[in-house]
Amino acid sequence: MPVESLFPRLEPLLPSVQKPIQYVGGELNSQVKDWDGTDVRWALMYPDAYEVGLPNQGVQILYEILNEREGVLAERTYSVWPDMEAVMREHGIPQFTVDAHRPVAAFDVFGVSFSTELGYTNLLTALDLAGIPLDAADRTGEHPIVVAGGHAAFNPEPIADFVDAAVLGDGEEIALAITEVVREWKGEGSPGGRDELLMRLAASGGVYVPRFYDVTYLPDGRIQRVAPNRPGVPWRVEKHTVMDLDQWPYPKKPLVPLAETVHERFSVEIFRGCTRGCRFCQAGMITRPVRERSITTIGDMVEQGLKESGFQEVGLLSLSSADHSEIGDVAKGLADRYEGTNTSLSLPSTRVDAFNITLANEFSRGGRRSGLTFAPEGGSERMRKVINKMVTEDDLIRTVTTAYENGWRQVKLYFMCGLPTEEDEDVLAIAGMAKRVIQAGREATGRKDIRCTVSIGGFVPKPHTPFQWAAQCDHETVDRRLKALKDELRGDKEYGRAIGLRYHDGQPSIVEGLLSRGDRRVGKVIRAVWEDGGRFDGWSEHFSYERWTACAEKAFAGEPVDLDWYTVRERDEVEVLPWDHLDAGLDREWLWQDWQDAVDETEVEDCRWTPCYDCGVCPTMGTEIQIGPTGRKLLPLSVV
Amino acid sequence: MPEGPAPAPVIQRLRVRYAKRGRLRFTSHRDISRAVERAVRRAGIPVAFSGGFTPHPKISYAGAAATGVASEAEYLEIGLTETRDPARVQADLDAALPPGLDIVDVVPAGPGRAGDAQARPAALADRLEASEWRIRLDGVAQDAAAAAVAAFMAAGSIEVERLTKKGRRRFDVRAAVSSCELDRRAAEAADAPCAILRMVVRHSTPAVRPDDILTGLRQVADLAPPSPPLVTRLAQGPLDAATGGLADPLDPDRETGLPTGDDAGPAGGARPRPGDPASADAVSA
Repeated sequence: MPVESLFPRLEPLLPSVQKPIQYVGGELNSQVKDWDGTDVRWALMYPDAYEVGLPNQGVQILYEILNEREGVLAERTYSVWPDMEAVMREHGIPQFTVDAHRPVAAFDVFGVSFSTELGYTNLLTALDLAGIPLDAADRTGEHPIVVAGGHAAFNPEPIADFVDAAVLGDGEEIALAITEVVREWKGEGSPGGRDELLMRLAASGGVYVPRFYDVTYLPDGRIQRVAPNRPGVPWRVEKHTVMDLDQWPYPKKPLVPLAETVHERFSVEIFRGCTRGCRFCQAGMITRPVRERSITTIGDMVEQGLKESGFQEVGLLSLSSADHSEIGDVAKGLADRYEGTNTSLSLPSTRVDAFNITLANEFSRGGRRSGLTFAPEGGSERMRKVINKMVTEDDLIRTVTTAYENGWRQVKLYFMCGLPTEEDEDVLAIAGMAKRVIQAGREATGRKDIRCTVSIGGFVPKPHTPFQWAAQCDHETVDRRLKALKDELRGDKEYGRAIGLRYHDGQPSIVEGLLSRGDRRVGKVIRAVWEDGGRFDGWSEHFSYERWTACAEKAFAGEPVDLDWYTVRERDEVEVLPWDHLDAGLDREWLWQDWQDAVDETEVEDCRWTPCYDCGVCPTMGTEIQIGPTGRKLLPLSVV
Repeated sequence: MPEGPAPAPVIQRLRVRYAKRGRLRFTSHRDISRAVERAVRRAGIPVAFSGGFTPHPKISYAGAAATGVASEAEYLEIGLTETRDPARVQADLDAALPPGLDIVDVVPAGPGRAGDAQARPAALADRLEASEWRIRLDGVAQDAAAAAVAAFMAAGSIEVERLTKKGRRRFDVRAAVSSCELDRRAAEAADAPCAILRMVVRHSTPAVRPDDILTGLRQVADLAPPSPPLVTRLAQGPLDAATGGLADPLDPDRETGLPTGDDAGPAGGARPRPGDPASADAVSA
């Protein structure tokens, strides 16, 4: 049956909403496939505003891979702003895709990519607008299978009531595998209905179906056990790891929006995974091992991506881009190729110790030398040992001195506040570091216009990291330390005015902490917050801490748990964690040992350059480190 | 200071008429300028850049229809570092833009006034004296619309209020409207009951926009359309005092007959006339 476009009904309403262009689709390289010519149809969602969601790499990659397949169709949908939500409710318009404006409920699979837990309430808005029951248990054969992915899906328990399934890790292969299961099941006439489809997905071992697991609790509130409740369902569900990134050179045809979005550039992942071992970093833990994309594939992707998009900027993405084994040749090769074309290169996520000035000069050849960003993360040497961010203050000073000598005037430094074992002086040490940076810059250049911006984020303990057992710092303490730091910087006549300080208050981190390490009982809080009007929790103008605490208090009434129990409580080694049955490959004993090492201020080296320290990922997942150098170089492009 | 050689100079200026149609009418001016810059790069058009730390492509826009307003006649000027065949630029740029942002006409900018050939070409913006608008009002009866238009045109002045960048302002909308007619034929051919207005409005300060005129129609005749109007700019150009119509603002460039590159065909051979997309004639008030 053809599915009608909702656009004719939507169009007359668009003049009344903000930035209507975000709802009309038609982006360059977007596609609309024939509905009836396909038998498996995915609606892909990034649960945030279009301007944030459109550039998301994960969604763009899956969109392209799925649409390349014969008989498979994928369209995109994003969170609508509250003004649009009101208009849609008033006129009975369901959640729609931006490609062909089809109702999300008409698709077979509704895949939602969660980069952050703060998107959970937006999932509920989308489900509700789509006419899909919020409770997975209430859905029938008429409704799509709702699948969560992305980093937050490594602990999907807080949204276990609302999703049918969750997928851990790289999406490329598993999205296609799910497609085949759905295709086969539909081809057989959908035997056994929704339950059988979910069972087939669960039995494959690569898809987590929460309803097939029962969670029991101890009287004190801790989890007693998580166990399959039917035969054929695996005890543990494993993450997916794509090996050989050169086989998956996506996106090939990046989406180019008409609306303004947060990243206006063509991004290429130059590698996945990171083994630097920063203990706070969930991404670095769950994306192991390091798999590099080769210099030649990077070159080909940049060439094709720029041609297909017309973007003026190329971002070389990864968790620590300067660590690519051939980053120098990549930078030089690209800078040579695009010299004189007003194409700029950017290298987000550069480590202080991996930075070198030759590299920085290559990246700024396209023109700008605006600012350099480094992330020491911890203000004191002791703090950096705890988090295993092995960068010394002298490293940083050396690096920024070179940068200032070479014409940069501004350095940005990222830190975290509220780290495990943190004391007031660890945070105050940030001020000392920033002052030394300015001092070094002034000495190196003899100029007064040296600037340094200090950005501070609140630390949230995440699942599958050594800090998964840690007590989260309460927001009062975080705020107090940040205020002391601010006073320290403001009060400094010599350097204070050269240092900018950016930070957020500590309350949103507590809610993020609840959602990150929560279990299935947290679902009630999410629902209550959503019912009370909670939307776009990642946006400070929409976020309400009071709403979250009030709803948590109500939802947990009569339970042995509360907001503090989930956040500021330290866990012991034997406690069953809500995500223990979800396997990121990391050996639990190794994680615990690394947590003990953190407390003892003992550092761990990177396994790319030192012997394996048995984190467990490679043997468990059957993967290996894939790094260069390949020894190949980028050749100049032939003139067209 | 930025290193390296100075940016390549502008060798050729092209004046471009483009349309924003259908759902692309929801693009803002900033959306369009980003889309055009990217299309220029994809199409390999040798656009000139400004100097400085953040070089900008030399593309300038003469006015811009508001977000949500469709247009058959928007104008931009682009500076090239090499001479290109305008017809080829038109085809390449159009192919590189999303459907709905369509290139209608490309003409090399003529020289300035006679005897002053070195001067910059006469500003295109100065020739855009007025716009012709078509406003489709769904669910409005033709007779009600006709009565409202008659009342509007009979009024000496009609003051409306609008929030501008400089705050709330009151201004006359009547004087800027040189003609306003009901297009009954087009309305009868439409897919749903509606009234269609066509009008010529002089560009003034503050600008009198189609929605200001609708405000005026509501004030003089209680005309209150049940759904948002569909507004299309049909043409912009010099106002012909004798006919009340608009001339093609690119004609003066065509007439000066600048060389347009080696294999250039006759410039604008099948060029559109202002107001072409619609069938009915605008009649002077």
